[in-house]
Amino acid sequence: MPKQSPIPNALDKPFYDACNEERLVVQYCTNCHRYQFPPQSACTRCGNNASVEWRQLSGRGRIISRVVVHDTPTSSLIPGQPFNVAAIALDEEPDVIMLSHLPGTPVDQVPIGSAVEVIFEPTPATGQKVPEWRVVG
Amino acid sequence: MPHPGVPRDWFRNRDGLGLWEGRGKVVATGVGTSPTARRWDEKPETSMGAMTIIAIRKAIADAGISPDEIDGLVLTPDSTTGVSNDPNTPPPPGWEQHFKMASFPQAGITRGDIDWLVQNMPELKNVKFMMNGAICMSVSFVAAAEAVARGLTKTCLVVRGWHNLAGRYYVGVGASALDTASGRGKYASIWGLPACGTTAMVFEEYCRKYGKNHDQMANFVVTQRRNGLMNPDGYYSQHRPEMITVEDYLTARWIAKPANIYDNDLPIMAALAVVFTTPERARDHKQKPVYILSHGQTRPEFPGIAPTLEQWEQSTDRMGRILYEGAGVGPDDLAFENMYDGFTLFHQFHLEGLRFAARGEKRGYALDLYETDIGIEGPNPVSPSGGNNGNGRTRWWNHRDSILQLQGRSPSQIKKKAEIGVSGAPMPDACDALIWSATPPV
Repeated sequence: MPKQSPIPNALDKPFYDACNEERLVVQYCTNCHRYQFPPQSACTRCGNNASVEWRQLSGRGRIISRVVVHDTPTSSLIPGQPFNVAAIALDEEPDVIMLSHLPGTPVDQVPIGSAVEVIFEPTPATGQKVPEWRVVG
Repeated sequence: MPHPGVPRDWFRNRDGLGLWEGRGKVVATGVGTSPTARRWDEKPETSMGAMTIIAIRKAIADAGISPDEIDGLVLTPDSTTGVSNDPNTPPPPGWEQHFKMASFPQAGITRGDIDWLVQNMPELKNVKFMMNGAICMSVSFVAAAEAVARGLTKTCLVVRGWHNLAGRYYVGVGASALDTASGRGKYASIWGLPACGTTAMVFEEYCRKYGKNHDQMANFVVTQRRNGLMNPDGYYSQHRPEMITVEDYLTARWIAKPANIYDNDLPIMAALAVVFTTPERARDHKQKPVYILSHGQTRPEFPGIAPTLEQWEQSTDRMGRILYEGAGVGPDDLAFENMYDGFTLFHQFHLEGLRFAARGEKRGYALDLYETDIGIEGPNPVSPSGGNNGNGRTRWWNHRDSILQLQGRSPSQIKKKAEIGVSGAPMPDACDALIWSATPPV
């Protein structure tokens, strides 16, 4: 799927640099002992910016829901519709949700509840890699 | 000139605040609604600003007061969540012959502006209190209620207009047409979800958890259109006065399955103005006063790129508790609920958080309720306004109708006695809501 290339900024550069190295990192608050995504300047629970650090994750999660997109606003994705978009809950922090087109899974045949693992997909415009997820097992 | 936003400590956003200090001290009287249109034809006289002026004049006339009495104005300046112009885009030809300009060219076109309104409405001579209730008119209603309760304004207009430019809502335009994505939206937008996508995802979770299905939404959506067609000020009444059927709903094209085209509201142009004042001043107003008993606010606690079912259920539960605690009433006191339906698939979260028409249930009952008599003639009127889905996208048909219901003059008047009702918008985890009453609190 020819996604738009995300343009990193100072806050999320660690996330996108890690994606290019095919590692999944997410912010972790050492005060609250919880992960958060998307990146923020401080912990969204305690408000402490000094306690937030980047940590690498296992890259495993679970599909908690899905839609099948028939009318996307995004020009580059219009030719490929309909397509799946799944919500992935990370194993380490089920409150952290990432999205996925579930490469390899047929449209509208998403196995809700299934385990997934992260893969990294380059995006056409800049080559920036982004996390994607595929069903395992 | 920048005007202040709503002070944070005005919002009732947690449990344990007790009765609202302004309970029964603020009333709504006059209501003014502009004509509607599907899109702007670029003529000054049909602009969002022109519609807003019409709505304000209608509200003042409806209240039966002189414009001189208006000393406050709370505006939601955001006039769409769709495509907009940069604020400095020049206005179309002829604009400056019709309107005085404000500090930026798009005032009155793709953004509301208090100064633009006051400059172009010379009859508003005495407006001293001015505040912006950003993002949603629900915020403006809360702000005006607090302002009147605190004595900052005696007779206050609450105002919002909507513009809708030519072209499809976001599709293939603006940021969606680029091959890169920037800003905070990029964490989700590159997967190409339409606006209803995350709502549809949480609805899927809801259906799986409670054993429900999308088909059960049909009666709610059809009833929304039925209620909306009773409203002569609504878009469908004015421009597309045809009913939809259950079959239409069940066979409609998908946008982001399980959300179909009828689960998404239609962007339109329209404006609303409401007059808020004190009960004492309302004695001289033409319309019956409707009392505000409380208001509440929820915001995402831990914002992510997509909500979860648990987060929406917790947020709407919290809203219900905050509202009832502030008002001193409970679910059984509600004659109706007019919660937001911009995407139909999240309306049930609001309804369940309020425990509206619950028979001892807490969650998972709303879609079964939808399959009963939820019309205005029945025992449990759900969204009697018809909402956005019955009237077009404004985020305020629900608030407007709540006031009219309790004044006994709604075009979709419920048959049971309307004493207390609730309205709020927009999202289950980002909502401002009010409880209204036809009589002063005891």
